[in-house]
Order: sequence, then C-alpha cells, then structure tokens
Amino acid sequence: MGVAELTADKGHGTDTTGDIIKLAMLAVGGQGGGVLTDWIIGVAEANGYRAQSTSVAGVAQRTGATIYYVEMTPDTGREPVFSLTPSSGDVDIMIAAELMEAGRAIIRGFVTPDRTTLIMSSHRILAVSEKTVPGDGRRDAGKVIERAATAAKRVVAFDMESEAVAAGTVISASLFGALAGSGALPFPRQSYEDIVRESGRGVDASLRAFSACFERAAAGERVGVGDEAPSGAARKTLRVDGPPALLEIWNALTARTEQMPERIHEMALAGLRKVVDYQDVAYGETYLERLEQAIEVDTENNNWRFSIEAAKYIANAMVYDDIIRVADLKLRTARSVRVRDEVAADPEAVLHVTEYFHPRAQEVCGTLPSGLGRWIENSPRLFALLDRMVNRGRRIRTDTMFGYFSLWVLGALRPVRRKLRRHAVEDAHVKSWLELAISTRARDYELGIEVLVSRRLIKGYSDTHMRGYSKYDMVLSALDRLEGRPDGAEQLRLLRDAALSEEGTGALETQLARLDKMD
Amino acid sequence: MAERSFAKEVQKLKMGEGETFRGEGILAITKALLENGVGYVGGYQGAPISHLMDVLADAQDILSELGVHFEASASEATATAMLAASVHYPIRGAVTFKSTVGLNVASDALANLSSGGVTGGALIIVGEDYGEGSSIMQERSHSFATKSQVWLLDPRPNLPSIVKAVENGFELSEASNTPVMLQVRIRCCHVHGQFEAKANKRPQMNVADALDNPRRDLNRIVLPPASFLHEQEKITKRMPAAVDYIRENELNELFGPSDAKIGIVLQGGMYNGVIRALQRLGLADIHGETQVPLYVLNVTYPLIDNEITDFCADKDAVLVVEEGQPNYIEEAIGAMLYKAGATTRLTGKGPLPEAGEYTGQIMLDGLRAFIRDHEPGLLSDRDRAPNVPQADISGDLAATVPARPPGFCTGCPERPIFAATKLVENELGEHHIASDIGCHLFSIMPPFGLGATTMGYGLGPASASAFNTPDASRRSISFVGDGGFWHNGLTSSIGNAVFNQNDGVIVIVDNYYSAATGGQDILSSRADNRSKSTKHPIADAVKGIGVNWVRQIDWTYDVGKMADTLKEALTTKQDGPKVIVASSECMLNRQRRERPLVKAKIDEGGRVVKPRFGVDEDVCTGDHACIRLSGCPSLSVKKLDDPLRDDPVAHIDQSCVGCGNCGEVADAAVLCPSFYRADTVFNPGRFERFSDRLRRRVTGWMQSRREARILTFQEQ
Repeated sequence: MGVAELTADKGHGTDTTGDIIKLAMLAVGGQGGGVLTDWIIGVAEANGYRAQSTSVAGVAQRTGATIYYVEMTPDTGREPVFSLTPSSGDVDIMIAAELMEAGRAIIRGFVTPDRTTLIMSSHRILAVSEKTVPGDGRRDAGKVIERAATAAKRVVAFDMESEAVAAGTVISASLFGALAGSGALPFPRQSYEDIVRESGRGVDASLRAFSACFERAAAGERVGVGDEAPSGAARKTLRVDGPPALLEIWNALTARTEQMPERIHEMALAGLRKVVDYQDVAYGETYLERLEQAIEVDTENNNWRFSIEAAKYIANAMVYDDIIRVADLKLRTARSVRVRDEVAADPEAVLHVTEYFHPRAQEVCGTLPSGLGRWIENSPRLFALLDRMVNRGRRIRTDTMFGYFSLWVLGALRPVRRKLRRHAVEDAHVKSWLELAISTRARDYELGIEVLVSRRLIKGYSDTHMRGYSKYDMVLSALDRLEGRPDGAEQLRLLRDAALSEEGTGALETQLARLDKMD
Repeated sequence: MAERSFAKEVQKLKMGEGETFRGEGILAITKALLENGVGYVGGYQGAPISHLMDVLADAQDILSELGVHFEASASEATATAMLAASVHYPIRGAVTFKSTVGLNVASDALANLSSGGVTGGALIIVGEDYGEGSSIMQERSHSFATKSQVWLLDPRPNLPSIVKAVENGFELSEASNTPVMLQVRIRCCHVHGQFEAKANKRPQMNVADALDNPRRDLNRIVLPPASFLHEQEKITKRMPAAVDYIRENELNELFGPSDAKIGIVLQGGMYNGVIRALQRLGLADIHGETQVPLYVLNVTYPLIDNEITDFCADKDAVLVVEEGQPNYIEEAIGAMLYKAGATTRLTGKGPLPEAGEYTGQIMLDGLRAFIRDHEPGLLSDRDRAPNVPQADISGDLAATVPARPPGFCTGCPERPIFAATKLVENELGEHHIASDIGCHLFSIMPPFGLGATTMGYGLGPASASAFNTPDASRRSISFVGDGGFWHNGLTSSIGNAVFNQNDGVIVIVDNYYSAATGGQDILSSRADNRSKSTKHPIADAVKGIGVNWVRQIDWTYDVGKMADTLKEALTTKQDGPKVIVASSECMLNRQRRERPLVKAKIDEGGRVVKPRFGVDEDVCTGDHACIRLSGCPSLSVKKLDDPLRDDPVAHIDQSCVGCGNCGEVADAAVLCPSFYRADTVFNPGRFERFSDRLRRRVTGWMQSRREARILTFQEQ
C-alpha cells in the first residue's frame, strides 16, 4: 500500500478548482455535440492544456436531450483530477444548442450569475409535446431569454442554427465560433480554426459558420425578449394585379374598409383580401356587408374589439376549405415559386411534385350543384355507392400534363362555387353563427366576442373538420347557461382552450362538467 | 456496419512502447487487451460499451495480425459461454456487454464458468448503465459477482487506471483461477484522456493451438461430484489466492494523510466525484492531494478485511461512498468492524442518499455533512454553518421548458408502423400491446403512446403469452425488434407462441441492423459483411419454427398496407400466432450509406432523384393531426405572419429525408391535402429537360391566362 504525501497548499474551505475551466453543453440528440466536444478538447490541448471530456451517449442521442462535459487546466506536467459530471453552481461556460435546452441548463443549476458565460442558440427545436396540440402548444421562449439574462454572468445568444444552415453545415460549427468569439476560453482564434481544418470534412462550410458566429459573439450580440418573433414593423406592402375593371371594384372595396373605424382597418383589409383571393370581388362585398353588420352594433367604448374579431373570423369562416380551393392554390404561380424555394431547387431544375389527395363522397357531394348534392347525401345507399367509387388515396403529379389538368379543371369550378352544395351548408352556418354572436353581444359584450372567437375551433379537412364542428357545438351548448353570468365570457374561453388543448374532447368534457357543478 | 466508424481511431491500437495514447476510455480498454496478449474477444453491443464492439469490429485486421479471434456474439450468454475457451487452455479471453441487463442474460453461463474456474485469464468487461443517460432498470452488477464468486474490479475512471485494471484483471484471474469482471460506468466509457502505451503482445497460446491439441479435465466440468468440489475450492483456494494477489499488488489505493480522525472508503469509480467534492471544500488540491484519507476500492469484491480494519483502526468515523443499492460494501464493512470489535463510526447511506446516482451536488452535500458531523474543524465557516440556501435562479422556468424524451429519428421506418397501429386502434379499439427493447420502444412516448410493458430483450411476444384465451374478442399485439428477435426472441417468444398456440399478433420490426445500439449487423442484415454471414430472412426463421400466418412487408412507409395487414392479423379466423415482419432500413444508417454515393453520382453527372416533403402553408389549417401521427423531428410548426391565423401551421424543415411517412399518413388517415412531395431531378437527360420545359411552357401559359382574369395579391 502506497501512501501519498500530503501537500495541502491552500487553506480550509477555499475551492481549489479555480484553475480548472468547466464547460458543459446541452444539446438535442443529433445536433453533433460529439464533434464539438472533440474540437474543444483539440483546441485546449493545442494550447498546452490538459483536458477531459465525457458524455452520456446511448438512446438519448435519438432526438432526446443530451449532455456533454469538458474540463481543462493548464498542463503543469502533473496529472490533474477532473470531474466526470458537471455540478450545479460550478460551471464556467454553458453551451446550449437550442433555446429550451438553455432553459433546462438553468433549471439544472448549471448557469449561475457569479461565473457562467451562457452561449445559447436562440432557435427552437420544438418538443413533440409542443407540436401535437391542436391549437398553439409552443412554449414561451421569452421566459427563457428573460431568465437567462439574470441567471448568467454573461449571455451570448443569437440564432446559430440559421448561421449554420446559411453556411451549409451543422450547428456545432456555429457554436464553436460563438465559443471562440465570446472569449470565454483564453485561446486565440487561429487555434480554433486550425482544429476545424484538421477535422478534414466540410471544412469550408464549417469555417464560414464559425467565422460568422465568431464575429457576432465577439460583438456581444444577444437577443432580447420578443426578438425571436417576426416583428410587425416589417410588414410588407400589398401589390394587387388584375383586369382594370376588377381593380376598380377592389379599390372601391378597400375604400369602404377605410370608412370603418381606424382600429379595424388592418384586420378588415386582411380579411377582405382573403375572401377576394378565395372567390371574387362580389364575395368581398358580402364580407364587408357582414362586417358592417357587426360594426353597426359596436362602439368605440370597447375599442372596437368585437368588430376586430368579427373582421378576422368572418373572413376565416367564409374561406372554408374545399377541393376547389386546394386545386386552385396548388397550381398558383406563387406556390410553385415557394416549393422551389423550400426544396432549394433553382428555377430551371426539373422538379416532380406529387400531391396527396384523399377525396370521399362528402367532398364530391359538396362539389355538386346544391340540390343534387343534398339529394345524394340524403340517400344512404347512393352515398355509400359514391363513397366506394371515390374514397381512396390519389397521388396527383402536378408536374405532368394530366395531373396539372385534373386540378386545373377543379380550380375552374371557382366561379360557380356559390351554387354548390358545400357553399349552401357553410354559408348557412356562417349566418347563424354571426347572428348568434351579434345577438349575444347585445346582452353581453365580452360573451359576444367569445362566440365570435369560438369559430377558431372549426378548421381542417374531413374528420378533423367534423371534429371541429362538434367541438364548436359542444362549446356553444353552454352559451345559454353562461348568459347573464359575470364570468360568462371567461368560462366560454376556458371551454374553448380545453377544446384546443387536445385531439379528443376529454378536457372539454371535464370543463363542461365543472360548469354543471357551478350551476 | 456500425453507425460510427472507428477506422481512423483503430490505428491508435497499433501504438508501440512509450507512445502517448489519446482517446476515449473504451478505445483505451481495447488497446489494453492487445497489450496483455488476449487470445479471443467477444461481446454484445449496448450502451455504454457499444463502441467497444464497434472498435473491435473495425480493428479486424489488426486483431488477425496478432492472431486474436473476435466474435460479435449472439447474446451476452453466448459471449460469456465463449469464455469456456479459457477453462482448460491458458488462453486469455475477454468479453463485453452492458449491465445489469447483460449479466441477467449471461448469468447461466457466468455461474457455470465460475463454478469450474478458469486456467487462462477470463475478463468480463461490463458497462454499468446506471444514472443519467441510462436506458435500463437501475440495478447493480455487484450482486452477480458475489453470487457466483467472480471478482469485481471498479477502477478509478481515468485512462491509466482502467488500462492497469485490464492487466491486473487478467493476472488476478489466472492467479485465482476465477473469471474477473471489470466494471466501467457510462462516463468512464466515454471519457477522453491519455496514457502511455505498451507494445501489443501476441497471445501465448491462441485458439488454433488449442483446437489442434484438445484437453479436458473432468474436475473442471460442472457435474456432481465436481460441482461440490468447486464450491469448496472457491472458499479454500481461489478466494485466498485472489486476496493475496490483490494485497501484494496493491490493487486498492490509499491517498491522503496516514493519521486523521476521519476517512472515506470508496468504489474506484467514485474517485473523481469524491475528489471534486473535497476540492470544492478546500480539502484536496487540483491534483487530488487530499487532507482526508481515502481508501479506494479498485476491487470491490472481494474486500480485503485487514486493509479495511487497518484503515479504520485509528479513525473516529469512516464514510463509505457506494453508489446504488443495496449497500453491499457498507454492510460487509460493518460486519467486519463489528467482528473485529472496532469502535469506528461507520456511515454511508445517510449522509449520502440511499438510491440514485451520486452527482456532483449530491457528493458535495454528502461529504460536507459527514465532515461536519465528525471533523467540523476541517470545514470553513461557510461550509460548517451554511447561509440560507440561495433562491432558485430558475424561478418558474420548469413550467416552461418541455420534457424532451428520446424518440424516432427523422425518416425512421418504424414511425409508419406505429402510425398504422394507431389508425387500426382508432378503428378497432384499443388493444393490449406488449413492447420490447429497442428503438421501437419509443412507441410508448408521445405522440403514439402505444405499449403497456417491456419485459426484456426479445421477450415482447413472450410477455403477452398469458393473454391467450378464446373468451376474449380482441387479440394482443406484441412488438419485437430484429435485434431482440435474434438475441432470443425466436425461441423464447415465437417458438413459445407456436408451441402454446398463442392467438396473438406479433410484429417483428426489422430495420436491417441492431439499430438502437449503433447499427451493428445481425443475421438478417441486408449488407455484405466480409467477416459475418448476413442476409438470413426473419420470415424464413419464423416459418421454420412453425408459424403458419406470416406476412412480409418490405416497405413500412406504406401506411395503408401496414394498417390493412395489421387489421387482417387482428381479425383473421386462423389460429396460432400471426406474425408480421415489417422491414425497412434504419434511416440513420441508410443516410450514412447512401449520402456519399448520391453525392458522388451527382458530381459525376449521373441522374439522381432527391425526394423531400413540404406543407402548403395556405392549405394547412394548423390542427396538427399529422404530427399526432408522426412526431418526426423534421415536421414542426411555424407561426405565419398573418393576423388572420391563430394557430401555427405545419412545416417541414431542410432536415427532411423524404421518407414519405407524412404523405402516406395524410392519405391513410384522410387528413388533408397540404402535403406535397417534391423530387428534385439532378442531371436530367436531354429529353427529360426538353419535355419539362415544354410542359412548363404550356401549364405556365394556362396559369397566367387564369391569373390574368382575376385579382392576384402579392406582398412586397
């Protein structure tokens, strides 16, 4: 047994690891955290440091949250003893390869105001739980950004993912650049770049991302709360083209929106554009008539909130999704430009585009003249026969003449849409909904608004659309009971939120039952 | 071929005497095996030792140069049974697998091996999958060592120590005729460090020598009366020999002052954590020079009684740092001290928590509490009487940050299998679903939420075997992966179902690899493998064992077909197990294989079609039903800059690999027509280009005519 000599050189109670730089990284599996740690080890060793890295590989690498940890200290010839795990309150540099992972690092105590430089990419990789909600399940990024500002000694935060994509590489290169640029490690820029060069693969792209992020980090760039969302200030101007006669009518219609109270302008114009784009100027006129109905019963005292919601939801309700609309949208010139943009194909590239359709008898009936459509719908045998004939998945290649023409013919039905079965059904629903909202509003302003907003529940196609209708009916089934109650609007909003929180109606039923108990 | 290639790293295995080896812990162990004249190596992949198997597979040439036989064993039991080569012959052998799951499987062979004992050094390297990053139940390998009486090494987690442990392990095994387990924890496997290399050694006897000169010794075979002899021998000969070797070679280490009132006994693997806690308390320096005496158990079984009683003799209190539970070592030391009539206060679980990983904070709190109770003078005022704990910096952030459990990768071929299962359940109602081990177990997570139990590797269908009765109107569904199928699923699950006339539905998820462990080849892999025999169809094995209802699906992305087949299996009148083999290549491995080929072909001017999916943002209404049947990382949502839209719409980012699941699901589930597939044709032929131009001119003209007659809107 060998007994090592004791050479205690420091006084009691003083942390002796001051010469060790502790760096942790949280990433989402697949982001290339392993490559980055190898680079960091490389740059430390090249600068005369002893360094150790550890990671927890395994299944977490399959899209889960993963952690890497590095310690380093100047090489004195003697073996240092490093820790294999980061400790809360004991991390000098925290790299978060995604915004919520930065939040996770703060929760785990790896970011503290006395010492931690937090280098985080402000982009989001949404967790599955955020994406599956039928409404908007995204978590509040602002909270993490706000908390990071006080939790860390220093924050370097910007969208490092988009820098990587722009350079044609992955985020590890961006993070390496940001780490170098932050100056949190005492190593010259050149030594980082040498390490990237030595790695030998995709060097140019990596160096581009490295350099861009180095500059931004060195400049001390950090996002603030709200910066992550596209700002309204940069709203683009609208260009309208078409035959002069139509343009004249359009101008008359927009002039009508300008007659409206100023607060309504923006939403009214957006709504008008949407319905005209969907159908025609006459439909736009119908839209304005309906909106004016709502404005008539509204007053400035309420900041025109009822009218603004009406402007939004009347447009959404009038622009129901049918086959004609889809066929129309799929062939538009702007759409083919967008597709090429999304897949990064140049305008001359040969592109095969396949559309996924699955029509059922319902959709066919909806596209038939109103009387005929209703007749088939009311005859179960005919309806079933029709369904057997049409109900199957259809892949349509819109880059072929046949595929293009099929959709073109469907799109050509647009002028007669108002004579078709689907329109009759939807139009009746819009009318009764709007009447209900206006009559409710007369008794309870806030509740009237909530009736308008409940229209948000109806969206999607086929089964999803039916489910939307039934949720809408369930929510509004409580309306009679809520009228006259001081918290009526609040309760209706809670019902709607419950309906939007999941695919099924469990939460909604719970909320309705709660309401029953309150009665 | 494995997901990660070590072709570059294995060159380090050739390093000679005195060179400085830099790399991962696992690679260091491999190098140490070669330095110690190992004759054969086997094992079964699984985190954290998957890379050890991958390194060995990639080092095939170096191994054969040295005359070392390497085998990717069928299971951990196979691997351990392989060590039988060291029973009669003085050949050093090593096997590796993850634990405790690996030892669970291996324990039959382990017990037989340890009963008869070994002549050549036999080393079992277990990757202890415990604590953060672990994917298995939280247990300890320790009890396997005590149960079968094999010695357990738990070296300090740095490269020189684990390399030395390999050498000591072989010698200890030979000195005591007992197999030795070398335990390495998750982070130790992946720790990057350095050590001074030695020259590789050829085995003193290799397997060929043994085959040509067979030996047998009746006394080494586990059968009465020899088995009774073995038990006596373990106690009278092998254990004392082991204790002597461990003591003489100072395998356990002492650090710190020899006279102190307190001391710490720790597992070798805990050393860095303990030192870090002491460093933070100001009681050790950066190099590990400590003011608190440490007795480091690089061997955690057997314990060396007099080393422990000596260490404790002049101390008031001793802390045992032993991760996991039960606390075998603490209890053993307690018994030792009691028998020796010692008065030292022994503590361990108490200042340190009973269960769970000893993370940095836990270690710091535990050591501080121990020292405060028994030698407060060592602590600073702050540590003796800490101020009120700081307010939690994170505030209410925990409510904002979403959990991020692992899930299927982008383009995973297993996703459509579970999308289909969900669709079938929507139609036929919920079923009892038994899951297995492997990537497919991610089905239990959102968005699928499918699967009720997991009972072990290859045991999915076996775990549904009780649910077999004509009285029920529904059948059970069970899943097993190709890895689990070949590991032991063929006999334990399928064979059992055939023999017991189980009426359930079994889905075998075949992705061409042992994918969850890093993409190693298995019997049914479709790749050419120069040292292994592949391409043995699962369906043939299933038929061969007696299943009459077998359906082979060769493209799992066909969600409609997948769902129809599953429905047929659940409703057919035929008796006996219904087996669906659902096959498509693991996308991670497929991309790794194809990407360079595609790039090369494009560069050469060859015609290549690259698929990608997209969502028409103005068609999508933001219900996200598609995501509830997918969960693909590349399928996300984005907020449009449109005041009329409340909910974000679906969006597919540039990481899409064009697997087709989105479109298939939208079709099979009758969701919506928002999805499109856009195939970019690289290097199209002259005719193709011509006809494309012509067609676009015609459609462009039609479209512009249509758009000229209506109002069009464009934002600028």
